Amino acid sequence: MITRLFGFKGGVKPESHKNESSGTPIQKVPMPTRLVIPLRQSIRSTARCLVEPGQKVLKGEHIGEGEGGLGTSVHASTSGTVVEIAPYPMAHASGLETLSVVIEPDGEDRWIDHTPLDLRTVSREEALAWLRGCGIVGMGGAGFPTHVKLGGGRGIDTLVINGAECEPWITCDDRLMRERAPEVLSGAMILRELIGAKQVLLGIEDNKPEAIAAMQVAASGLGDGIAVVPVPTLYPAGGEKQLIRVLTGVEIPQGKLGTDFGVQCFNVGTAQAVHRAIRFGEPLVSRVVTLTGNVTRPGNYEVLLGTQVEELLELAGPKADTDRYIMGGPMMGTELQSLSVPVIKGTNCVIAASPALFPPPPPELPCIRCGACARACPAELQPFELYWFSRAKNFGKAQEYHLFDCIECGSCAFVCPSRIPLVDYYRFAKGEIWARERELRASDQARERFEFRNFRQEREKEEKAAKLAAKAAETRAKLAESGEAPATTAAAEDPKKALIAAALARAKQQQTAVAPRNTDDLSADVQAEIADIDDRREKLNPQDADKAP
Amino acid sequence: MINSPYIRKPASVQGVMLAVLTALIPAIIVYASQIAAVVLVNLAIATIAALAGEALVLKLRGRPLAPALSDLSAVVTAWLLALCFPPILPWWATVLGVLIAIVVVKHLYGGLGQNPFNPAMVAYCAMIVAFPSLMSQWPGAGQLDFATQLGLVFGGAREIDAIASATALDTIKTGLRTAGATVQSIMSQGGNFGLVSGRGWEWLAPAYALGGLYLLARGIITWHMPAAFLGALAAISAVFWLADPAHYASPLFHLASGGAMLGAFFIVTDPVSGATTPRGKLIFAASVALLAYIIRVFGSFPEGVAFAVLLLNICVPLIDMNTQPRVFGHKGDKAR
Ligand code: SF4
Ligand code: SF4
Repeated sequence: MITRLFGFKGGVKPESHKNESSGTPIQKVPMPTRLVIPLRQSIRSTARCLVEPGQKVLKGEHIGEGEGGLGTSVHASTSGTVVEIAPYPMAHASGLETLSVVIEPDGEDRWIDHTPLDLRTVSREEALAWLRGCGIVGMGGAGFPTHVKLGGGRGIDTLVINGAECEPWITCDDRLMRERAPEVLSGAMILRELIGAKQVLLGIEDNKPEAIAAMQVAASGLGDGIAVVPVPTLYPAGGEKQLIRVLTGVEIPQGKLGTDFGVQCFNVGTAQAVHRAIRFGEPLVSRVVTLTGNVTRPGNYEVLLGTQVEELLELAGPKADTDRYIMGGPMMGTELQSLSVPVIKGTNCVIAASPALFPPPPPELPCIRCGACARACPAELQPFELYWFSRAKNFGKAQEYHLFDCIECGSCAFVCPSRIPLVDYYRFAKGEIWARERELRASDQARERFEFRNFRQEREKEEKAAKLAAKAAETRAKLAESGEAPATTAAAEDPKKALIAAALARAKQQQTAVAPRNTDDLSADVQAEIADIDDRREKLNPQDADKAP
Repeated sequence: MINSPYIRKPASVQGVMLAVLTALIPAIIVYASQIAAVVLVNLAIATIAALAGEALVLKLRGRPLAPALSDLSAVVTAWLLALCFPPILPWWATVLGVLIAIVVVKHLYGGLGQNPFNPAMVAYCAMIVAFPSLMSQWPGAGQLDFATQLGLVFGGAREIDAIASATALDTIKTGLRTAGATVQSIMSQGGNFGLVSGRGWEWLAPAYALGGLYLLARGIITWHMPAAFLGALAAISAVFWLADPAHYASPLFHLASGGAMLGAFFIVTDPVSGATTPRGKLIFAASVALLAYIIRVFGSFPEGVAFAVLLLNICVPLIDMNTQPRVFGHKGDKAR
């Protein structure tokens, strides 16, 4: 299969620093003294805890039940005892804490019973549920649940497997592809089947010839429709949208998903995890992590999820002048606020930083509008304009200039001769805009609640009036039954009055016809909803059900 | 706290400015050897004036001196002015011009990166309006010895007509007013003219272009501005020349004269005051060239680049706003 490559605009070429850690095979890590497994797997969802302190668990045992559409299951990474369930800091720029299950390993690393899933005998939905149960999420960093991504998989033509690994220093995917190529490809085939894609394109930056060769060998036995494609080494070629662009020529705008364009993309690590989950029934309990930077033994390690970074670092031996640690790559990673944070599914790399390796940038100078940032931007934005608007807090303009298309890749700040920390300004602006939107939403909700109250009051008034009218009609009917004569005689006696009454009735009818009340044309849905809400209200506050005016 | 990215390309404003200065060196060598060696003295005077002026304003504004002085942007302005001014301009006029550029245009608008106008060009225009006679005395190439040049710069008696003559552009312009004169007849009188335009000056043009190519190769400037500027200048001069070769000089003459090459690679490309989008750069530079041609040929000044640049500087926000490139993934969106 011959693939034509496309380019993306912009991009930068930082020094790769891959050699430090790419030479050593993936190493096993000695059993950590304890594992801190966060129940929050991503910013989007937290799992409900299923265990109690003191409880014994096995490796792969279900300890957290994913909640909501974006939830996935959480598992014990080894056998041992749950010793604590408490908030612990997680790997996030803010150093936030999240509820975590602390397990003391018993050293036996004993698995639960697990069995493969036979894809031929189950429905697609069952397979997705299986992956959810195995806790499979994207391992490229964002941690998006794989079953959700697969769930939208209809009309997909191309499955892209992301082995680009464009960030400097990181080599975990490189090693994974070199050493476990068949597993990655098996996972890719499963993913292809689940989304019904016709072709699989596996993109690898051409600075990883061994990985490309290994994958090509493994792919050769799999028949048609699968291609290992070397892509030019250019950061951020591993950005999902950039890789899709390079391999297929399709440009996916911000806010859209690959599925809308017939493409879906998964990281190589995710593919391998899918393979383990389907072929062996293994939940995702470990991953490959690169330890590198200012350390004496850089390399790649197979790490149990929940292993605390400080324990890991002992293996790599940080040098004395290490002044901080970066989780992720140097372009997009975050500085660790605490070394007790655990490795999670999206942790691909920990870099020990020293002033010599990552010197603090010299003081910021004014922007000279040289345009270097615009030439480097893979989203084809005008970063200096965004900087200007963000700095001036002109958020409307910033949005107009597509602030939210910025993928925060850092290319602009990397090239800026004035050393302006451009991305920080965008993060600030985005944060402000989100905060304002949240406020707006809150006030919207308040307004809606208020409007609904008015509406409800009006409706209740009408219902009362209707009841009264019905009662009146009833009495009238009773009266009519008892003495038909007086009524008719009255009418006969006074034809003038009857005429007037008839005219009044007509006028009234007309009035209601020209001014329909806003409660008249409600759809069945809305009516049902209102009834439902009233019902709930009444259950909550039975006393004010009829208190309302 | 430092956030990502944690690594930076070793690029700096100083580096950018240094590249611009380096790119000017071939032209300076040609200028000093072919036209007037005193330009080296002028460059020194302008540099000192620029740094002193910048230091003074920074002090008055209570800003730290070191970062702004060492970014070399003031030196670039100083060199461009020294190369634009007549080489025998009295020293105080050079100093005055540089101070206008640095103190008024650059710093009163907030310093580096804030000025909507090209400082060197504002200063040039101010000087030509304030001192029209001084600013139009140009020595013929190699006509004055170094001592005389120095004497003129440092206040010697100015026997104007004896020592200085008009530039090639000026000679053609005034010459054409005489009845029966054609471009060819004026040029064939020799004197100020060489092969294609002003003697000596015509060699300066390729030297500027060489520096420009260096800037292109280093990625300091993009091709848009020089290409659009030179293309538009060549095109409009070709139209007039083809229509009436007796009364309009050839495109080659225009490209090799006055501030054309300096303008194409060093003036219109000033990032701070110029357009920034790719399409905007094309529009900006082409408009400068068209306007410069009109001023050269029909206006009352022999040289038009400076005025044209200033006029277009005003239009930059409008140009930029209307030429925003489409953003990744927004294929169908209409361009703004
Ligand atoms: S790279 Fe820096 S100095 Fe250049 S335009 Fe962008 S923000 Fe301004
Ligand atoms: S961080 Fe944003 S603005 Fe900067 S280069 Fe990347 S996408 Fe463009």
